[in-house]
Amino acid sequence: MNTLEVKGLSVWDEATGSAIVRDSSFVLRQGRCLAIVGESGSGKSMTCKAIMRLNRGTIRQSGRVLLNGEDIGELSEAEMRKRRGKNVCMIVQNGMAAFDPSRPVGVHLRETLRTHFGWGRSEAEGVLRVAMESVMLREPLELMNKYPHQLSGGMLQRVMIALALALRPDVIIADEPTTALDAISQYEVVEQFVRLREEMGCSLLFVSHDLGVVKKIADDVVVMKDGMIVESGSLEAVFGGSRHSYTQYLLSSRLTLSRHFQSIMEGGA
Amino acid sequence: MSLWNQLSKDKWAVASMSVIGVILLAGVLAPWIAPNDPYAVQMRLRFASPSWEYWLGNDHLGRCILSRIIYGIRHSILWVLAALAASVLIGALIGFAAGYFRGRTDAVLMRICDVMLSFPGYVMMLAIVGILGPGLENILLAFIVMKWAWFARVIRTSVMQYAEMDYVRFAKAVGIRHRTILIRHMLPAALPDIAVIASGSICSMILQVSGLSFLSLGIQAPYAEWGMMLNEARAVMFSRPELMLAPGLAIVISVMAFNFLADSIQVALDPKLRTKSARRRTKEAENKAYEYVRG
Amino acid sequence: MAPYIARRLLLTVPLLIVVSFVTFLLIRLSPMDPAEVVLQAQETPQITEELLAQTREELGMNDPFLLQYANWLMSCFRLDFGESYVSGQPVWSLIGPAFANTLSLTLISSVFIIVLSTLLGVVSALREGSLADKSTRGLSFFLTAIPSYGLASVLIWLLAVKLDWLPTSGMDSAASFVLPVAVIAVNYVGIYFRTVRSSVLSNKNEEYVLYARASGLSERAVTMRILRNSLQVAVAIFGMSIPIILGSTVVIENVFAWPGLGRLSVKAILSRDFPIIQAYVLIVAVAFVVINTVSDIVNAAINPKLRSERA
Repeated sequence: MNTLEVKGLSVWDEATGSAIVRDSSFVLRQGRCLAIVGESGSGKSMTCKAIMRLNRGTIRQSGRVLLNGEDIGELSEAEMRKRRGKNVCMIVQNGMAAFDPSRPVGVHLRETLRTHFGWGRSEAEGVLRVAMESVMLREPLELMNKYPHQLSGGMLQRVMIALALALRPDVIIADEPTTALDAISQYEVVEQFVRLREEMGCSLLFVSHDLGVVKKIADDVVVMKDGMIVESGSLEAVFGGSRHSYTQYLLSSRLTLSRHFQSIMEGGA
Repeated sequence: MSLWNQLSKDKWAVASMSVIGVILLAGVLAPWIAPNDPYAVQMRLRFASPSWEYWLGNDHLGRCILSRIIYGIRHSILWVLAALAASVLIGALIGFAAGYFRGRTDAVLMRICDVMLSFPGYVMMLAIVGILGPGLENILLAFIVMKWAWFARVIRTSVMQYAEMDYVRFAKAVGIRHRTILIRHMLPAALPDIAVIASGSICSMILQVSGLSFLSLGIQAPYAEWGMMLNEARAVMFSRPELMLAPGLAIVISVMAFNFLADSIQVALDPKLRTKSARRRTKEAENKAYEYVRG
Repeated sequence: MAPYIARRLLLTVPLLIVVSFVTFLLIRLSPMDPAEVVLQAQETPQITEELLAQTREELGMNDPFLLQYANWLMSCFRLDFGESYVSGQPVWSLIGPAFANTLSLTLISSVFIIVLSTLLGVVSALREGSLADKSTRGLSFFLTAIPSYGLASVLIWLLAVKLDWLPTSGMDSAASFVLPVAVIAVNYVGIYFRTVRSSVLSNKNEEYVLYARASGLSERAVTMRILRNSLQVAVAIFGMSIPIILGSTVVIENVFAWPGLGRLSVKAILSRDFPIIQAYVLIVAVAFVVINTVSDIVNAAINPKLRSERA
């Protein structure tokens, strides 16, 4: 079954008339992980926001987005709001900026759970504690009383994953969740995503320009360039026998980089 | 220059620059373009209505109002700009020294700035005028004394930011002289920030100088200055309120022109202003409000 | 929080000492001999060297410099700022009531400024680009360009003289507050409204707003977040504005004949009444430091990040 289906999605800026995403279609199947790869500015983030109907201001969108077979374009704003978080949950790029800087992080977590499930403080904290422990966050109750600036980017990223665990959505959209992190936190966060899928069996839409991370986590891949999908298919098909020159370019530039890195390391040793 | 190109695309900036240009030019050329002698007292023409010879009429001593407005540009605008330039220059020198050399120089200079900034500007200006006596030159001196610390602080921050750039570090590492680095690399980099803070503070300076002249603490008779002209008009406000119109409008128009220009410079130097990542905008708005109220 | 407050208060002490020292120094920097000023102000018919020496002795000007400063500072603590050169009255008896009058004008104006600029700033930022936003912004450009004394004169002419609705000057009743407060408010609302507006706008684009929406929170909850964070900046600036308004009511007080510090000080400047100038500078500068300290503490209380950054 298709959890999420995007058909002919276009996004454009009404003020400047520039197209951001052009006629994109892809499918995310139940329990699978679909990665959208591409350089920055290729329209990946805007696609995510369009799926959640979160593009504001002068940004407009057309096309169909089906969530569990239901066209979200036909929902009222109140209906859509109920879907956000509960059915389709987003994990944003920069953990450091994702939480209200003047409140402890727990406030957002409890508020979200109260909005969707009507849980009180103790109930929410019970669920959150389990969720946070399962993403290797120690002393969760204490952590919930900390302000965002007192935590690291990697920790905040895992707090977002924990919230997703507590919400048990059908689809998780992760928009460049590892970009703002150092190598070690990146590793930890990716590990948690892998476990998240294993435990919950939810579908994951993973946006990244880091092909190494994508290789580790994705089943299917969509390659975007200048707002257009230039190639799609299973991970093996795209990475193994890529036909499109842009994908080859992405892959080769990564290879060059890692070879360069290796040669430095060996030369230095 | 890219700033120039940016500004020439912004219609508000072009309009305000033209207004400012006309005002400045009129001020410089005052002796040649003023239709009459601004100091010639003619008692028979007291409060005369506008005529072909005296376009804006005559004041309580029968002097030509238009000529006084034109000569007033010199005291109300040109001298203020000169004082601003002087305090920016001092601020820039100290800011560059503190931000570039860091360490002890920085610590000492910044403590001095802290002390200067802990005095309310307007009150200190009054104090300085109180001690040295009323007069435009004392007000302008007070301005320079009180303002440089603020400029030094802002310029230091911007210099520090650029001093950490790789090309400056590289220049330092290969042993290029400090003076060369400062002039060739740091100055051009810090200029936009200087432009923003300087343009932002012109308006409050013009208003304050004219305010002090209005209180007769500034320029002394018979010289023409807009604030003082307003004060003279106020004396006959109940019988001839229209006399307040010309100097009042002169101030409002020039301050608005500088205000729009300052805003355009800010936008031109920060293309992100209208898009995401608007952190800098808040910061500048804060600075601006701070600068405004600083006095 | 407590250690922050303690540290912040401790920082204030050296600042106050420096401020008082600079104030004391100011008068010494005067090109005129205070003894001569005193004698002139008292309209002594003939100023002789003897008389000058005697006056210097009375003023304590022959003591070592630091002793003079210490004596002066100690008497300041007792609110003894000497006597006016002109009238011979104790300075505090003149400046005390004037300070109270200026303070009441300042505080009432500040309340109006805070309420109005917050309201306008928030509304026009939340409706960015709307007609209300554009017209408020345009108006603010115009209003900040009007010299306060010009606006004051026009309002006196219109409301007090032509229409006879309000008193022209003085401080006799609540109605006396209307015009001065209105003029001060108009000047500062134009500035602070823009600050509040841009602060709300930049918060609207923050990632935490996106994440809050993506988590399915209501628009009301999202707006509350934006407001809480943007008002921090506003509070910081308002804190700073109060002492500044206190210092810059000079012009307004003179136009409206308000019996406050500003009018007293301009009179003192014009007659070279140094003790009053000195006391004026000291009182406003101390008020400036004290209010700044308080507003820093308030800011730290509402902005946790600031607290740990400055700690």
